[in-house]
Amino acid sequence: MSDATETGRVLSADGTPLKKSLNRALRVQKMRALALIAPLLIFVLVTFIAPIADMLFRSVENQIVSDTLPRTVAALKDWDPESGEVPDEQVFDALYKDMFVAQEQKIHTRVGSRLNYENVGMSSLFRKSGRAVEKMGDLYVDQFEDLNDAWGEETTWVALMASPAYAQAATGWLAEQDAAKKAGQAFTKAPPAFEPAPGIGDLLPQTAEAFGQFADFMRTEEEETALDDEPWTLVYTALYNDLTAASEAGIAAYSGPQADLLKEAKAAVATFESASRKAQFLEADEDWGDVGVWQTIRVYAPRYTPGYFLNAVDKQLGPDGITDQPENQQIYIMLFKRTLFMSMVITVSCILLGYPVAWLLANLRMRTANLLMILVLLPFWTSLLVRTSAWKVMLQQQGVINDVLVWLGLVDDANRLIMINNQFGTIVAMTHILLPFMILPLYSVMQTINPSYLRAAKSLGATNWTAFWRVYFPQSVPGIGAGSILVFILAIGYYITPEIVGGTTGTFISNRIAYHISSSLNWGLAAALGAILLAAVLILYWAYDRIVGIDNVKLGG
Amino acid sequence: MALDQTNDAFVEFQRVQKSYDGETLVVKDLNLSMPKGEFLTMLGPSGSGKTTCLMMLAGFETATHGEILLDGKPINNIPPHKRGIGMVFQNYALFPHMTIAENLSFPLEVRKLGKSDREAKVKRALDMVQMGAFGGRRPAQLSGGQQQRVALARALVFEPELVLMDEPLGALDKQLREHMQFEIKRIADNLGITVVYVTHDQTEALTMSDRVAVFNDGRIQQLAPPDDLYEHPDNSFVAQFIGENNTLEGTVKEINDKIALVELDDGELIDCMPVNVSKPGERTRVSIRPERVETRKERLNPDAHLLKAEVLEFIYMGDIFRTRLRVAGNDDFIVKTRNAPDTVRLTPGETIEIGWLPEDCRALDA
Ligand SMILES: Nc1ncnc2c1ncn2[C@@H]1O[C@H](COP(=O)(O)OP(=O)(O)O)[C@@H](O)[C@H]1O
Ligand SMILES: [Mg+2]
Repeated sequence: MSDATETGRVLSADGTPLKKSLNRALRVQKMRALALIAPLLIFVLVTFIAPIADMLFRSVENQIVSDTLPRTVAALKDWDPESGEVPDEQVFDALYKDMFVAQEQKIHTRVGSRLNYENVGMSSLFRKSGRAVEKMGDLYVDQFEDLNDAWGEETTWVALMASPAYAQAATGWLAEQDAAKKAGQAFTKAPPAFEPAPGIGDLLPQTAEAFGQFADFMRTEEEETALDDEPWTLVYTALYNDLTAASEAGIAAYSGPQADLLKEAKAAVATFESASRKAQFLEADEDWGDVGVWQTIRVYAPRYTPGYFLNAVDKQLGPDGITDQPENQQIYIMLFKRTLFMSMVITVSCILLGYPVAWLLANLRMRTANLLMILVLLPFWTSLLVRTSAWKVMLQQQGVINDVLVWLGLVDDANRLIMINNQFGTIVAMTHILLPFMILPLYSVMQTINPSYLRAAKSLGATNWTAFWRVYFPQSVPGIGAGSILVFILAIGYYITPEIVGGTTGTFISNRIAYHISSSLNWGLAAALGAILLAAVLILYWAYDRIVGIDNVKLGG
Repeated sequence: MALDQTNDAFVEFQRVQKSYDGETLVVKDLNLSMPKGEFLTMLGPSGSGKTTCLMMLAGFETATHGEILLDGKPINNIPPHKRGIGMVFQNYALFPHMTIAENLSFPLEVRKLGKSDREAKVKRALDMVQMGAFGGRRPAQLSGGQQQRVALARALVFEPELVLMDEPLGALDKQLREHMQFEIKRIADNLGITVVYVTHDQTEALTMSDRVAVFNDGRIQQLAPPDDLYEHPDNSFVAQFIGENNTLEGTVKEINDKIALVELDDGELIDCMPVNVSKPGERTRVSIRPERVETRKERLNPDAHLLKAEVLEFIYMGDIFRTRLRVAGNDDFIVKTRNAPDTVRLTPGETIEIGWLPEDCRALDA
């Protein structure tokens, strides 16, 4: 061949390998195609893929505990949950620091709510303790201020704890703010960032950390400087701890700002009255003496947890590993089963009711078929809510159907049928609502079945029924498959209709998901339930593909 | 054609009418009688009611009026599946979800035949159409011609005495069609079955049939063996529809039993055989087959009426020559001559004289 080189590769006219020039030519086409679908692709990514990914993430995410209670989580590592004893003072001290910062930021209730999902009562425990921690340090504040009034001055603290540069910047910032206020101008300049004094971290580690957090809090939450307010009581407590722990010589060697004040305090702390944090917490709420509370915190300390998924299948993660939920709280497995069962019943009802209609549609004359088609599509033009509510009117005990039955004498007035707020009501209403999704694919498949097949079967000696069952029906199976997948997947995630007509026995798992999203705010559990539902649908889809073959599903032509 | 009321009629239509909408008659007064073993073709343009007749026979449509008899018994009230009539559809109607063997087995299953019986019959039927190797395939895996054969085998496998075929070769290309025509005819003859065959292709009708019923406008225009149909058309529709044909229009001037003198519209006179004319003054359409026209001077009868003709076109077609002439104002007068050593090749523009035997020239309805 003249176009081939010795190596056997085919070259195009300009000498580049043919494969390469073909790829280049195709790439332009591909890019153009991609550009055409780009808006839809982006839309789908943003509104569909991203929320699903977020949901899957939320179902295992558990960062709130370690983010809010970092010191407690670290301190609890050394505690043996099997010991049956409440952790020691060290852990309570860490809890005090975490809780103090959290309650200043007003996030302690959130972690309380999170842990409350696992151990009921922890929400109120955290709320109560939040109020108590504020006062736990008052003891030290009073004693330091009694010792020397300077401890009540913001400037003392800034001089001791902050670098001179920060002190200067903060003073300057305050002056500017005052000037602006006087001139009646708006002041938008951000407060300066905090810098600790050199060496103070080594001398007074706890105080430095607490003051740093206080200063940062002042800057980010209050938009002020550390000069604007007296430090948190936490800082006084930390100072007491540091001074008690520090060596005489270490303090004596300190020569920075406020060295005299510090030395005076060091000399005095030994005589200070002190309090145990453990006692303080136990006084605030005796639940802190419950080992279970501490076990819960420890078990849910990791940043990712299988806890939500376990809850979603009626299990729980405790100190002894995975256990069953208490009998009276096991509802999700039952709800999943019910959802699957009812969706199947609805799908089968749709097949039974939709098949003859689709057959009529496909075999009537054009004009009549179009009229019938409008009747089939009519529900689509009415709000879902209206249709569901209409069923309520029809099915309730004083409703149309019962009235008619009583009037006909088929049902005793005293024993009117209960057809709503139970599974029956949900199945009836949802079958009605989902029927078009069965009829349309069936119809489009049946339309393609040539009537001559039936004639051929009959001419070969088949009765009407045999001809239908052996010849027509098998050819309509792809339509049944498509309709069933559509109806089943829609049904399994249905929410509004079961909510309105389902009562307590006719609700779906989706109603529980909605409850956790909007009422209990347990989004993690909602996400886990949703993920399981998604997995169930995907598995069913896969099974269907294995058994029937997805190629056999036809929505038309 | 007289109504054949003999007792050996196997299929019989008696004064059958059919209307779909209650306003127009699609089939008007159909009378037809077929003996056993006949291969009868219904030939006619599209919409002439052929399929409707077939469907009435098969039982998928009911006659609005009249009686259809099968083997002497009226079948109007017998449902299609009890009529035992084999049928081949234009689109073959092979069941797509069954294999070829299952398709053929189907009529035997519904007749509750045993498995070994079924297998033997299916094999025999497939072998008959040379499709024995394809039993395991699905219809979609076969070519059009192969599907055609299978459809034929399926219509025959339960050994019906009557087989209906509605344009069974319509979807095949020309070569395959000709081959299948021959094959269908051979099989039908071998089995001795009675066949009602529908087509709009006249060559097909002429080559395959024992008799052809020419349909037009819901009526049988003529029912006759192919040669009769071609050589002795009863009316101008049949003459036009079957084969190539030259028509000249004119008025009957004189007429007796054997011969009619017709004055063409340009005043020339010709002798014809009266078929559909009875009295002088009647308008008529005269029909002459292209191969019956004589152009060789030495063969023309000088006593007969001859016509002047101008040669417009002369086409060499191998075995024949096809000459287009202008005759009596008709520009489309075709003459076919055999390519023999003594045939004179005409040149366009030449003026010649043409003639024919009076019995080849039929005076039909206007
Ligand atoms: N099912 C039907 N309903 C109404 N009219 C029909 C139907 N089938 C055929 N026709 C009409 O009857 C006439 C004859 O049709 P048909 O028997 O199919 O003709 P052919 O087979 O000769 O082409 C046509 O005018 C057609 O429109
Ligand atoms: Mg037809």
